[in-house]
Amino acid sequence: MANKTEAYIKGGSFIMEEIPFDRIFTPEDCTEEHKMIAKTAEDFVLNEVVPFIDRLENHEFDISVKLLKQAGELGLLAADIPEEYSGLGLDKVSSALIAEQFSRAGGFSITFGAHVGIGSLPIVLFGNEEQKKKYLPSLAVGEKIAAYALTEPGSGSDALGAKTTAKLNEAGTHYILNGEKQWITNSAFADVFIVYAKVDGKHFTAFIVERDFPGVSTGPEEKKMGIKSSSTRTLILDNVLVPKENVLGEIGKGHKIAFNILNIGRYKLAVGAIGACKRIIELSVKYAVQRKQFGRPIAQFPLIQEKLANMALKLYAMESSVYRTVGLFDDRMSYLTPEEQKDGNAVAQSIAEYAIECSLNKVFGSETLDYIADEGVQIHGGYGYMAEYEVERAYRDSRINRIFEGTNEINRLLVPGMFLKKAMKGELPLLQKAQSLQKELLTWMPEEIGDGVLEQEKYLLKQAKRVTLLLAGAAAQKFGQSLQQEQEILANIADAVNNVYAMESAILRTEKAIVNSGEEKNKQKLLYTQVFVQEAFQELEANAKETIVAIEEGDDLRILLSALKKLMRQIPVNVIKKKRQIAARVIEEEKYIV
Amino acid sequence: MNIFVLMKRTFDTEEKILIENGSISEDDAEFIINPYDEYAIEEALQLKEAHGGEVTVVTVGSEESEKELRTALAMGCDKAVLINIEEDLEDGDQFTTAKILYEFLKDKEADIILAGNVAIDGGSGQVGPRLAELLDIPYVTTITNIEIDGKNVKIVRDVEGDSEIIETTLPLLVTAQQGLNEPRYPSLPGIMKAKKKPLEELELDDLDLEEEDVMPKTKTLEIYLPPKKEAGKILQGELQDQVKELVSLLRSEAKVI
Repeated sequence: MANKTEAYIKGGSFIMEEIPFDRIFTPEDCTEEHKMIAKTAEDFVLNEVVPFIDRLENHEFDISVKLLKQAGELGLLAADIPEEYSGLGLDKVSSALIAEQFSRAGGFSITFGAHVGIGSLPIVLFGNEEQKKKYLPSLAVGEKIAAYALTEPGSGSDALGAKTTAKLNEAGTHYILNGEKQWITNSAFADVFIVYAKVDGKHFTAFIVERDFPGVSTGPEEKKMGIKSSSTRTLILDNVLVPKENVLGEIGKGHKIAFNILNIGRYKLAVGAIGACKRIIELSVKYAVQRKQFGRPIAQFPLIQEKLANMALKLYAMESSVYRTVGLFDDRMSYLTPEEQKDGNAVAQSIAEYAIECSLNKVFGSETLDYIADEGVQIHGGYGYMAEYEVERAYRDSRINRIFEGTNEINRLLVPGMFLKKAMKGELPLLQKAQSLQKELLTWMPEEIGDGVLEQEKYLLKQAKRVTLLLAGAAAQKFGQSLQQEQEILANIADAVNNVYAMESAILRTEKAIVNSGEEKNKQKLLYTQVFVQEAFQELEANAKETIVAIEEGDDLRILLSALKKLMRQIPVNVIKKKRQIAARVIEEEKYIV
Repeated sequence: MNIFVLMKRTFDTEEKILIENGSISEDDAEFIINPYDEYAIEEALQLKEAHGGEVTVVTVGSEESEKELRTALAMGCDKAVLINIEEDLEDGDQFTTAKILYEFLKDKEADIILAGNVAIDGGSGQVGPRLAELLDIPYVTTITNIEIDGKNVKIVRDVEGDSEIIETTLPLLVTAQQGLNEPRYPSLPGIMKAKKKPLEELELDDLDLEEEDVMPKTKTLEIYLPPKKEAGKILQGELQDQVKELVSLLRSEAKVI
């Protein structure tokens, strides 16, 4: 995929640069091998896990452990673990495809994800040779199960405010850990916990803690709204002696591990959301086709069709954004030397390069899922409210995604913050770009928009980037250091950035598909893109107005508003008609179709 | 043990099938390994695990069949052979396939050949028996169990729901019935290894066959979908009345008696 004569795509650069379609990864680029891997994962989940969902929801966790071992035998837990440690060392696309398939299993996908992701990856990326040799081979096959313990009753989003302490014993051989970690996924049966504690109450540090260490215990199972198939308990550390060899990374550098793992948790959450969205669309369209009211299937009613179309087209943009991001990691890593590829730090760096994209995916993925789950229930009517229907569980399972791995509010605030940091460090010349844009605008006249395939969409994307830069520039100028306090404006900027990323991901995916296999075979993709881009653009417009009015006043405000009006000029497409066309195909196939 | 498996790539009959211009539209169809052939592959792998040897999976098809062959390799087969007839033949039938396979297998000294009982697309169940006839070896169809001890083979076969026990000897051809085993999933390490396993591609020419040697003996006149299934009817009331109504419906509506 990557053109080696060019440099890798810098994280966040999409906001100011034009990215050619052949530089992004799309689901259509999956190799035969990728498809085979996804198929094995899908078959495993459908045949081995799904029949047990009711029992898993009932907290029969011995089944969870058995299923993880079975998955381990097939290699489904080993994708991200290097070959030297009995893993498979697959690319990030493979690992994403597996995660996507597992989301069909509801709460069990959280069990799976916590083990292969936040549980195992801290050791993969930041463990030393001895730690990797000791733990990874058994984690790779599911002989041991991993968990991740960061959150505490008093520190959620403010992770560094942890109260758990670690103190070196007198002999200097062990750290003594004391404290309580809360909401720990897999805690009923995990063998290995990644635990964060402050050495001497000050230095935030990660430790590998085994369940068998004396003083380790867990509280009662939490009663949750959803994802009931996963185990969630408190992890209690009462004078636990942890050998000092089990310090993960450096003393006082735990935050580095925590933040890197969060990046991964965020994009993986979005990958899981794709699978869940696909399932809910399938359930909803099948129901709509079979459910008759007023003498005909409700799928024949335009308002139901509109819902199905909205669900499918949002998923298309989300799926395009997420797989594009996953492709960025693989692309970035392909520039690493073989030695660097073995160095967890370098790998983590490759992912951290796209921390902005990870946060965008987290927000967009979880909110798309919530939207689709909500409309899925609505299409089911009263039946959707009944526990016998799968969509009821999907709705409850969905809700946590906007909360964990950093709330969507925290992730929104992070996006402009990270951009600002990149600008300050000189990695992205954002401020210069924003200033030159302001000058340009005084004399700028709207361009003629052609009517070729995707021409209008590309034009709108270009304008959306301009508007977003304009907003960010104006906000930075006006508030300077105190911009941090303007959380509403920061969130609006994050939403604008997300609109841009999603619009662009959909456009580039569709363009790539059309170049590769022609317009005829990609009509549905084109429809999705046309409607999504127009609606995202309108969202951006409302958002931009609100922001500008909050930033400027008087003449400056009038000038900016008129500039905005010029930038936002467009010829609207008939979305009602296009949504009916979209729905017709979804109904015909009885599933999400591209 | 020298083990061969005959495999066919078929469209998934559980997915929607579209007929366009008198043939099945392959554009949107999902393709899979014929499910009965999957049992054959699994059994071949179990025989290898028990008795040693090598499993070669063979298909007569097109370039596209490579994907299913790779899946078979990922499950654990050692070698794959694609006899690609795409360019040589416009049409073929069970005779064609059996004849081609015969030319390929006649000097391979197979101990056992496993195939599916039927393919879910054509559903003829003829290729296996025809091939065994050409090779002049015994064959047993619809097997649900097989035990091999030296040259002696003990087989349980499904006969319309009953079981029949057959004793025979190698070399042998068997066709697999549902219930023979639970096919394994291609594991991820298996998928990675499959890339490096040999996949040989042959054409009619390589088997010294001419087009006229394998011309089909049958002709397909028309392909059409079965009639759409109508909603069922549940009869109610006294048993006597239900039976009366059923008989009259069978006469007047279904017209089967």
